[in-house]
Amino acid sequence: MIEDINMQSRRKLLVGSATTLSAAGLAVVLGSTALPRAARAASGNAAQDIQLLNAALGLEHEGIAAYQLGAESKLLKPDVLKVAVTFQGHHKQHRDDLVAAITKLGGKPVAAKSNFDYAKELNAASLKSQTDVLRLALKLETGATNAYLGVIPSLDQSDLYLFAARVAGDEAFHAAVLGSVLGEPIPEKAPLFG
Amino acid sequence: MAGFVRLAGPAVVAMLSIAAASASPAPSAHAPASPSSASAARGAEIYEAKCGACHSLDQNRIGPKHRGVFGRKAGAVPDFPYTAALKKSGIVWNAKTLDTWLQSPVKMVPGTAMGFQLRSAQERADVIAYLKQQSGK
Repeated sequence: MIEDINMQSRRKLLVGSATTLSAAGLAVVLGSTALPRAARAASGNAAQDIQLLNAALGLEHEGIAAYQLGAESKLLKPDVLKVAVTFQGHHKQHRDDLVAAITKLGGKPVAAKSNFDYAKELNAASLKSQTDVLRLALKLETGATNAYLGVIPSLDQSDLYLFAARVAGDEAFHAAVLGSVLGEPIPEKAPLFG
Repeated sequence: MAGFVRLAGPAVVAMLSIAAASASPAPSAHAPASPSSASAARGAEIYEAKCGACHSLDQNRIGPKHRGVFGRKAGAVPDFPYTAALKKSGIVWNAKTLDTWLQSPVKMVPGTAMGFQLRSAQERADVIAYLKQQSGK
């Protein structure tokens, strides 16, 4: 497990950060004017948002698993592994915020698949080097950035726009760092995402 | 910026310097104009960057696998947990239905789990050309 690789103090730091950000993130996601759960669940628009947030949650589950697979592959050098663990921590915070939001809207958060399933779906057997792992991570982070940006116009609750944009920013940051480590050239034309 | 350096480490900072010195054109920056001739090659790049978070050709992931989607009935990939809304939509995927779908899935099929909108007509045309090619059509 990726957590086993890190020192206890690092785990405490990440867990503490996740807790703090989840509370703050939820306030941003739903705002103080959010309707009660029953009222939300009764709304067709809320049901639609729940579907979309659950798809995003599936994305985060897969991202967490991808970094787990990378860490357990023994292919990452120590400095790169530290960055991967940090990025995985961000995805866990996104996951927790999405679970909270879906629950508050009256939905049931989708569960993660097994790491075996994710390994098959992501073709983990093809990962033979650190570069392979980082290229997979870059692909997923780039795609996630675009996915979050692309879903914003479909969301009904305006409070969710900011949430999706903030997560997209996190994913874009990850993609930028990964691209730099891989020596990817910087695109000349903007916008780079969306 | 100090936080970034602490997070990424010296090796990453060094790589950033190298990357900054070698800027290149964006691989899939297309103006949102009316589509010219569709390109499956461009579509492959766009598919990778904008659909690849959830989809692949041969594996069900967050979304269903796409090889063979052209001409297939919506909700028909075995072992993928579609929403009830999509399963009962009666849609058959072709250039026209895919274009409408990619413009706004929730508008076409309320209750679907896919919310991603591909707003550029050229990008939609390119992705559809790619999916058609990968479906052997």
